[in-house]
Amino acid sequence: MFKKILIANRGEIAVRVIRACREMGIATVAVYSDVDRAALHVRKSDEAYHIGPAPAAESYLRIDKILDVAKRCGAEAIHPAYGFLSENAKFAQACAEAGVKFIGPTPHSMNLMGSKTSARQQMEKAGVPFVPGTSRGLASAEEGERVAERIGYPVMLKAAAGGGGKGMRLVHTRQEFRSALESARSEAQRSFGDSEVYIEKAIINPRHIEMQVLADEHGNTVWLGERECSIQRRHQKVLEEAPSPIVDPDMRRRMGEVAVKVAQAANYTNAGTIEFLVDQQKNFYFLEMNTRLQVEHPVTELTTGLDLVHLQIRIAAGEKLPFAQSDIQIRGHAIECRIYAEDPDNNYFPSPGRISLLLEPAGPGIRRDSGMYEGWTVPMDYDPLLAKLIGYASDRPQAIMRLERALYEYFVAGIKTNISLFQRILGDADFRAGKLDTGYLDRLLAKSDPAVASLLPGEIKELEKIAAIAAGMFAVLDPASHKNGNGANNSANSASPPSKWKQKGRSEALR
Amino acid sequence: MVYEVIVGKDGGKPHRLELEKAGDGWECRVDGQVVHVDAVIPRRDVLSLLVDGHSYEIKREQTATDLHMWVGSARFAVELRDPRSLRSRQKSAGDEKGPKKIVAPMPGRVVRLLVAENSEVEAGQGIVVVEAMKMQNEVKSPKKGVVKKISATPGAAVNPGDVLAIVE
Repeated sequence: MFKKILIANRGEIAVRVIRACREMGIATVAVYSDVDRAALHVRKSDEAYHIGPAPAAESYLRIDKILDVAKRCGAEAIHPAYGFLSENAKFAQACAEAGVKFIGPTPHSMNLMGSKTSARQQMEKAGVPFVPGTSRGLASAEEGERVAERIGYPVMLKAAAGGGGKGMRLVHTRQEFRSALESARSEAQRSFGDSEVYIEKAIINPRHIEMQVLADEHGNTVWLGERECSIQRRHQKVLEEAPSPIVDPDMRRRMGEVAVKVAQAANYTNAGTIEFLVDQQKNFYFLEMNTRLQVEHPVTELTTGLDLVHLQIRIAAGEKLPFAQSDIQIRGHAIECRIYAEDPDNNYFPSPGRISLLLEPAGPGIRRDSGMYEGWTVPMDYDPLLAKLIGYASDRPQAIMRLERALYEYFVAGIKTNISLFQRILGDADFRAGKLDTGYLDRLLAKSDPAVASLLPGEIKELEKIAAIAAGMFAVLDPASHKNGNGANNSANSASPPSKWKQKGRSEALR
Repeated sequence: MVYEVIVGKDGGKPHRLELEKAGDGWECRVDGQVVHVDAVIPRRDVLSLLVDGHSYEIKREQTATDLHMWVGSARFAVELRDPRSLRSRQKSAGDEKGPKKIVAPMPGRVVRLLVAENSEVEAGQGIVVVEAMKMQNEVKSPKKGVVKKISATPGAAVNPGDVLAIVE
């Protein structure tokens, strides 16, 4: 087993990995940028080294600096966590060349999965289901129309070199096909210098469901159940759960077997995730593989009872998986809320700043993976994820109740967070019925907030009165820290005990 | 002590709040109506309030410009004034007339300017783009008018409350 591991990351996930290492008796090395000196991962690690200025490109993405730290401090392995360098095959390669173990797959597997076309060819050979369509560019409009007829409308035209929605067209009928193809081609030419366009069946309101796999370096690969990740905004996941409300044991087994096939076709090792699109008839199609630990891995940990970071480290150290597929049992239900520094009143725009007050939930069935603390200033330079709040219970309705209770206890002041968004989602009828797809959250946010309407005018009046009394009591009991208004007049001061510092100073002066 | 308290953004009529020590607790008069409360501050910015057996945990959130009270999950903007103080009466009314400052809503970096000085803008039109946490946000004009001054410079770091531009 390794004696020392460097964590090439920051925030809640660096803290998560540091905790696993401490549990396993492994020393930890943190790295940090200029703005992260006081970050929690630096405070919690055994060693910490500065690697550069705030921009990630000059610090957390600097392969040379990170490997230099690893060499100097004698770290035998590097855990990349998610984001930053975690899916960078060049980094994995550089680690191998430097004689430091990269806790993740081989650079070869990463390269294979990183390229859309090579992954698809490899997977098609292995019999993995794809969204029906052509994997190569269309030779002519006639060919396109024939394929569209065969797979059925609506279809999606996509630029082969594309990304980010450029060169993409949704086509509902044959009449629209030719003009849509023309415009997709010219947009692809303009955007990517390549007019190649291919065709796929359009999946309307798909679900996004993914399957966790683990593979050791001795040829054993297992699946650990799915995660429902359909609740997204701007292609960013917001809430995930395991199991999915629509996946039954048979579908789970079939998805798991396909996921294992995908991993084996890529000679995959360590933890990985296979993402699927699922249509309304519950057909699932391979989307891509994420070659790293996922943000939402805790919901799988809670429903399988396994610790994925422990297992990642053990696999990287050359150990065999300590269990077989038949040993894996999915038990209970887990839901994760991603607490972001975002302002719900300003279109969920990031809200960095100093956390002036932090009250955190605890109690039965609640797990909190957090990178924040009271008094910490959330830097503006990185992803706005602050913490993950995960509720676990024997079934989905109970997990929802637990999370609602925990969210009621959660309070963050000084910055804005999306905590209120989860209160909305968890109380929503469609969410409770498990009616989810990738358009769910945008539809929910287009509606007015029911929490505002649910209070009767009389109740609001009562709470306003309480708020008014509270403001006055704060001013009277804690006048020194009260900035607003001119609350701290003389008579208010006389009601509060004199400052302990002043008393101390006076008594010292008397001696 | 006597305070004037306004609850809720933009107006609402001020309540008269009188607080008097009474035994272990306090006698409060809200617009003349008597309420007995027991109040403890267990930690900074947290108030435990007992009113007729009802227990409330109230959280205080203060920024440079605003004061909020959180009662459960409900947030109330609160303005507390001492009616005997002169200063609190000079509060500027936030009316639509006159110059309006456009301020940075959060710490970030100015990416670019969307309008030039002296150009006419509509209410809701983007004036400056500020970036934080890899997201770009248009800071918009609160009113129709003319951009009198732009103090934001592209590339500069800004803090919440910093004036980016003035629209008149």
